[in-house]
Amino acid sequence: MNFELLIQLIVNGLIVGLLYGVIGMCFVLVYKSTKIVNFAQGEFLLIGAWVCWAALVYLELPFLVGFILSLCFMAAFGVLLQMIVLRPMIGEPIISVIMITIGLSIFFQALMKWIFGVSPQSYPQVFDTQTINILGLNIEMAYLMSTLIALVIMGAFYFFFKYSKHGLAMRATAFDQQVAQSLGISVKNVFAMSWGIAATVSATAGVVLGMVNGVSDSLSIMGIKVFPAVILGGLDSIIGAIAGGVIIGVLENVAEFVDSQYLQIGNMYDIAPFYVLLIILWFKPYGLFGTKDIERI
Amino acid sequence: MSSLTMRPCGDFRTSYQQDNTIFETKTIRFMAIAAIALLCTAPLFLDGYILTLCIQVSYLGIAALGLNILVGYTGQISLGHGAFFGFGAFASVWLNNSFQIPVFLSIPLAGFLTMGVGMMFGLPAARIKGLYLAIATLASQFIIEDFFARADWFSGGSSGASAEPFSLFGYAFDTDQSFYYVALFALVTMYIWGCNLMRSRDGRAFVAIRDHYLSAEIMGIKLNKYRLLSFGISSFYAGIGGALYAHYLGYVSAEGFTIFMSIQFLAMIIIGGMGSIKGTLMGVIFMVLLPEVLESVVGVMKMTDWGNTPMVVDGLAYIKEMAIGLVIIGFLIFEPDGLAHRWAQIKNYWKFYPFSY
Repeated sequence: MNFELLIQLIVNGLIVGLLYGVIGMCFVLVYKSTKIVNFAQGEFLLIGAWVCWAALVYLELPFLVGFILSLCFMAAFGVLLQMIVLRPMIGEPIISVIMITIGLSIFFQALMKWIFGVSPQSYPQVFDTQTINILGLNIEMAYLMSTLIALVIMGAFYFFFKYSKHGLAMRATAFDQQVAQSLGISVKNVFAMSWGIAATVSATAGVVLGMVNGVSDSLSIMGIKVFPAVILGGLDSIIGAIAGGVIIGVLENVAEFVDSQYLQIGNMYDIAPFYVLLIILWFKPYGLFGTKDIERI
Repeated sequence: MSSLTMRPCGDFRTSYQQDNTIFETKTIRFMAIAAIALLCTAPLFLDGYILTLCIQVSYLGIAALGLNILVGYTGQISLGHGAFFGFGAFASVWLNNSFQIPVFLSIPLAGFLTMGVGMMFGLPAARIKGLYLAIATLASQFIIEDFFARADWFSGGSSGASAEPFSLFGYAFDTDQSFYYVALFALVTMYIWGCNLMRSRDGRAFVAIRDHYLSAEIMGIKLNKYRLLSFGISSFYAGIGGALYAHYLGYVSAEGFTIFMSIQFLAMIIIGGMGSIKGTLMGVIFMVLLPEVLESVVGVMKMTDWGNTPMVVDGLAYIKEMAIGLVIIGFLIFEPDGLAHRWAQIKNYWKFYPFSY
């Protein structure tokens, strides 16, 4: 039993899991306020990472400026996407809405491949040291930054929803659209805003992941990997998304460990979350924190 | 009303038999038979390339019809149809190579095997629906894909498996011209079966579940049974389509059956029209022709000065993918009922020509 490796993997899992949690939060945010399941979440990461990369490499901006520029771009992108493509779909059956986001995902994935190519590109070096040693564990600087960013984003979400006026409007809309509208909340703006926030925050996660592994179209797989996390936590619970993200992040690393040490099946890292997903859907479809859907006739 | 030659100008049906008939008038039945007869002679005058497109339409069409029964008629969502298509392909080749079962038997057997697998993954469908089901089938897509890459005994692993050509009584259908007849026969059989399924008790149960599942349950339709049955039938169609594909190409490898293929199947039925058997075929033809049209457009652009850039010439594969995404979005926003609806409108326009309102 390789104990050190296990601990290293669990720590990695926690860090990646926090990122899953952040992506899952965006997913839940969009689902809660607009009742749309966003299959194009991964493309938000991809586009954000590529835009930031282009700003750093082609325009040669300093990291912080490029990063903020790409976030502004993504906010506008998310709002425009909601206004142009998803607004006509309000009230359509669920399959149509799902297919629209799948169509968007295919389109943007291919567009990014077309513009930037398929080979992974690495970011220019941001930190002086690549890895640091904490308590005998090697942790990459970018991962440390990602943990920090993830925690900051989660805190910001908390304060935004708890104390700000817009956050209150979004919670009201998520609770009941018609009541919110009758109280003078612009539901249209809330929808656009939630897409804007989701795109921006996902882009942050995309940039962080791009800094660690390089930017390539494999980033968009994150959008699919987030499903096990949000289903485990419950589709409409933000706390659930974070918890689910961390659990799935640790789980896939532990599965990888068990597999490489004992089972030798291979590919467990990618596939184990989906087995978990099926099992959850079988026994507890509303997840750990999700609200049960009670239907009345 | 099958005895009439022309369609009456109103609804004068007096029996269920008339309501359920596939061909409303003699003319339509005659036209359908004539169309099939014409298709039978097609290899005589069509060149090889168009024949391969026709064969492509037939095996994709069979699988897409299965998906339409599940999505369009029963209202369940499946994002794993591409994996079931692949499972059918591998299963038929495996049955043929390992047990020496002749190909004409292994194709339907592969259909039944795929049906079993589909029902296994469809089991959660008995409990969950809508979005949760979409995500569950997404998981099954990845799990089956992973199975292909891993199970050497079944799929030949990463190197793939080679398939024998279809043969009957010692005659091998290994050319495009001869396989065309196999594909046509399978397509017509499966489509007639699909039509008949939809006017049977089971088909009506599917539609009732789609329209309002609670009312359906109150009327005594067992939801679990019919949802599972619908999954099974859809997987059966996917398996048959996949098996035909395998024996046509003569080689199957695991790379092809990705989530992208599942999405393409969904795109076919959205473009054609959900809940329309005729529309399914239209959607498949559209999706098969779309890359061809794009290819010729890029070919034309290559000849001009401004179009002959590496961006256009090398980007063909990406342009094709982007077009699929755009077509899905465009149809959902502008024509949610698909080509079948548009076709009906055009027909009505000409029927009532000067007085179309």
